[in-house]
Amino acid sequence: MTRTTPEKNFTLYGETFASRFLLGTALYTSPQIMRDAIVQSRCEIVTLGLRRQNPADRAGDVIWQFIQQSGCRLLPNTAGCKSVKEAVTLAEMSREIFNTDWIKLEVIGDDYNLQPDPFGLVEASNILIKKGFKVLPYCTDDLILCKRLVDVGCEVLMPWGAPIGTGQGLLNRYNLSTLRERIKDIPMIIDAGLGAPSQAAEAMEMGFDGILLNTAVAKAHNPPLMAEAFADAIDAGRKAYNAGLMQKRQTASPSTPTIGQPFWHQQ
Amino acid sequence: MITISLNNETKEIAANTLLSDALVQWGFGETKIAVAINGEFVPRSTYNLRAIVADDQIDIVKPVGGG
Repeated sequence: MTRTTPEKNFTLYGETFASRFLLGTALYTSPQIMRDAIVQSRCEIVTLGLRRQNPADRAGDVIWQFIQQSGCRLLPNTAGCKSVKEAVTLAEMSREIFNTDWIKLEVIGDDYNLQPDPFGLVEASNILIKKGFKVLPYCTDDLILCKRLVDVGCEVLMPWGAPIGTGQGLLNRYNLSTLRERIKDIPMIIDAGLGAPSQAAEAMEMGFDGILLNTAVAKAHNPPLMAEAFADAIDAGRKAYNAGLMQKRQTASPSTPTIGQPFWHQQ
Repeated sequence: MITISLNNETKEIAANTLLSDALVQWGFGETKIAVAINGEFVPRSTYNLRAIVADDQIDIVKPVGGG
């Protein structure tokens, strides 16, 4: 028997990837740290955004250069958009500038917890899919919302683990496991809220197909090392899911055979 | 001259200036950008057809890191 090599069967909108880790490109202390984190993460998809900038401000140019050099597939976002119109316009700008019809759709409904607006999300997804976009919606773990997103044509779902940037992990395991149970044939990526590799591993063990995060890596003391830790955890979680976890039991059961136990003598 | 908003800053520009010429004036000539006017996306192929009019609200964006 030989060691298993990473499976290349993570398919999103017809494109297949070996890595199930999608990494964000914001919040790093330097573009070089971001570049090294991308390498160590072994990711094949990175997220990025668009913002107003003064033409004289070239600070973002190095980040953009490193992202291009990474060879990763680009997944632009509509971060910060609070209305359907804003999100649709920013998606159209992204498609032109990045030459891709993939869009990580964010329609934010609340400033405090950056919770997705479910109604705006469905409406914007519907509009963008009709315009030819491949929409990857950042959504909550609400089953009905996710069903509606699938109904309008989303072929990938990206439910949150917790609010963006909180590092809280999987806050609602019941909702997430219900989602996975009820929507089996759509790739689902846990997007946002994870703070530790163990949380990513748990999500993968639950049967989620991938992990998207940014802050947990970018804000680590050593982002490239943390990126590698997440990559390893995601691989481990996926292998565990494929291998099949044992059933939990209430009572102890010895793993070493009891037959032939020395020093046992019938009284 | 007319007054417009460029990335939320007030600017003056000659009336009927084409967007393509305005972008060069503002220093965006060679950079990778996308443009929206009054909240509507403006495709690059139409920059030389779109004249800027008074009170236009122009948003010009560039790539940044994002999550």
